Amino acid sequence: MAFLKHIIGAGTALSLMAAAALQPAVAQDEFITVASTTSTEQSGLFDHILPIFEEKTGIEVRVIAQGTGQALETGRRGDADVLFVHAKAAEEEFVAEGHGVEREPVMYNDFVFVGPGDDPAGIKGGSDAVAALQAIAEAEAPFASRGDDSGTHKAELNLWEAAGIEPSGDWYRELGQGMGPTLNTAAQMPAYTMSDRATWISFQNRGPLEIVVEGDDRLFNQYGVILVNPERHEHVKAEAGQQFIDWLVSGEGQQAIGSYEIDGQQLFFPNAQDEGA
Amino acid sequence: MDGQGAFVTAINLIVSGDAALAEIVGLSLRVTLSAVFLSCLVGLPAGAALALARFPGRGGVIVVFNSLMGLPPVVAGLVVYLTLSRSGPLGPLALLFTPTAMIIAQTVLITPIIVSLTRSVIEDLWREYEDQLRSLGSSALRAVPTLLWDGRFSLVTVVLAGLGRAMAEVGAVLIVGGNIAGHTRTMTTAIALETARGDLALALGLGIILLSLTLLLNAGAFVSGRVAQRTAG
Amino acid sequence: MMHGTFSILPLRVSGLRFGVRGTELIKGISFELRAGVRTLIIGPNGAGKSLTLRLSHGLIKPTAGEVAWAGGTTDRRRKRHAMVFQRPVMLRRSARANLVHALSLGGLDRSERGRRADEALERFGLGHLADRPARLLSGGEQQRLAIARAWSLRPQVLFLDEPTSALDPASTKAIEEMIEAIHADGVKIVMTTHNMGQARRLGDEVLFLHNGRLLEHTPADEFFAKPRTEEADAFLKGELLH
Repeated sequence: MAFLKHIIGAGTALSLMAAAALQPAVAQDEFITVASTTSTEQSGLFDHILPIFEEKTGIEVRVIAQGTGQALETGRRGDADVLFVHAKAAEEEFVAEGHGVEREPVMYNDFVFVGPGDDPAGIKGGSDAVAALQAIAEAEAPFASRGDDSGTHKAELNLWEAAGIEPSGDWYRELGQGMGPTLNTAAQMPAYTMSDRATWISFQNRGPLEIVVEGDDRLFNQYGVILVNPERHEHVKAEAGQQFIDWLVSGEGQQAIGSYEIDGQQLFFPNAQDEGA
Repeated sequence: MDGQGAFVTAINLIVSGDAALAEIVGLSLRVTLSAVFLSCLVGLPAGAALALARFPGRGGVIVVFNSLMGLPPVVAGLVVYLTLSRSGPLGPLALLFTPTAMIIAQTVLITPIIVSLTRSVIEDLWREYEDQLRSLGSSALRAVPTLLWDGRFSLVTVVLAGLGRAMAEVGAVLIVGGNIAGHTRTMTTAIALETARGDLALALGLGIILLSLTLLLNAGAFVSGRVAQRTAG
Repeated sequence: MMHGTFSILPLRVSGLRFGVRGTELIKGISFELRAGVRTLIIGPNGAGKSLTLRLSHGLIKPTAGEVAWAGGTTDRRRKRHAMVFQRPVMLRRSARANLVHALSLGGLDRSERGRRADEALERFGLGHLADRPARLLSGGEQQRLAIARAWSLRPQVLFLDEPTSALDPASTKAIEEMIEAIHADGVKIVMTTHNMGQARRLGDEVLFLHNGRLLEHTPADEFFAKPRTEEADAFLKGELLH
């Protein structure tokens, strides 16, 4: 009967396919999984530095771009070997809880406030982030917050706290989105928002948005790297992961980071030597 | 950014034979078609069996499957994520953030669609065939392959519904695949990434390519279905 | 020609009742059908003709009463009676494949199926349709195919439920000839019809049903010449429609 032939054929195809599908998990060149942030991924930094590392070591780096909060959770569950994120306090807590081996500073960039060119809160050209937030709240000018527990979101909340304001109201929009989608949304509203400079520089759909406030020390954005603790998760590729971390903070890795530019602008500033960072 | 720009981008991508694009398209097709295949393998017989079987609680099972057709992809993705995570029950298989994980998530997502729609098609067919098949001595179980084969033209539409859902889906594959460049990046996750980067022309260009692919698959199914139907009645 | 080693006839139906959701449609019917005579079941709409056939064939279960075949053959696969429906249900495959499928359900060996299917098609002059998609055949052709399919199963009894009611006169004639031939083979014919001409042509005996009851079980010539009940008389005069 024709139908039986189909069933048998399908069964054979299934076993072949299952075998083919499972194969990459067991037989492939060495790779590590790095949970990182949307800002590093979307800025294109990894496309620039990873090929250099992969060529040198033969280790493939698979990057999953998540918000910092989600990336830390991925590490906690043991689903990544290395974390490359930017929320120092949360990172140190992660290590203190025994989820990570050690946190090392890698690089920094800074946050900027972007907003519509017509500047309803009148903050353009300023360099005081806290004063700018106070002016935005005063004017009740639309402000788009990431609202996703990311490093950028945490930095923004710290600034609100410094300004003595608990932002709420119709003008304060919590999006629960990554940096790029937040910029897309802010461009449409239009609204003020806080972005890391790297994502902003590489972002192409700016609409009426431009930089309104920059240069405040409190807008400093430090990135750190952590090896997930192999004592917690024995499958963690500690050796290859450590090799990646060592390379990032080495002279070669630092130089690779510093040489990444978009339109002649450097996006990230290596500072692995700065032990307090 | 405008529609024309996106169209030009799409054409350029296709004409230039962009290797990364080819890889992304290849992975999308591999993941989606594998998931559809697995879903059909399970869902067609299960849907037909559900159409014919009479047991207490059958109505409840039908309602559950109908509801699961609306399962939000992120929920399916999250469930598969938690299952495949190193801290989850299937962690030792090391499947998270692999194409296999994406196939599993999409299979979970579209199997209820295949089951529910198959049940509906086969139930109608069974109403027409039941007396005749029973008269010939067929049990309900024995009728399953007969009905699936006789309903094949309607079932193609069922399969296409599953395919469409899988092709268009981004939430589940993003969570369990991780959108890793060159490894688990598919058409839809690439579109999501380019949108996040603000490169809307590229995102829309990829969208046009995805839609064209879906169109091509559907057209192929439609034409071959028509030809087969003309010869098989 | 009698198939099998023993006869499943006579068929004894006793106290047959059937109801759906409290409405009784068959209200206690008893009869006995013997080999060799063609039995025509007639009566107005809603009398319960089709239900009686389906109950006898075992497609539905009676709410009370019994359908007893001689020898007590209840195994479905070895069922020695077949049925042809008002609207033939053909599978979406070739005419020949439809017969092969039925024979496979009948439990025949793979090697035997093709031979028996071809034999049945040839016997009724349907050989030229063998490879045609069954569903694309005309209604008359499909019904002839359905009868050939039933015959290929070598039944001792063939139930036919208004087999010609949806067909044109030429097809009706062809089908009556098939039924005659199958009767001549020694297969017991049990058939319902609305067509009194057909009942006169084909019937040896008549079961007259009205309102779920069996009012007459008489030889056909006697029934048509001199019905015993008022209802049958009115029915034959065309005055009893329900």
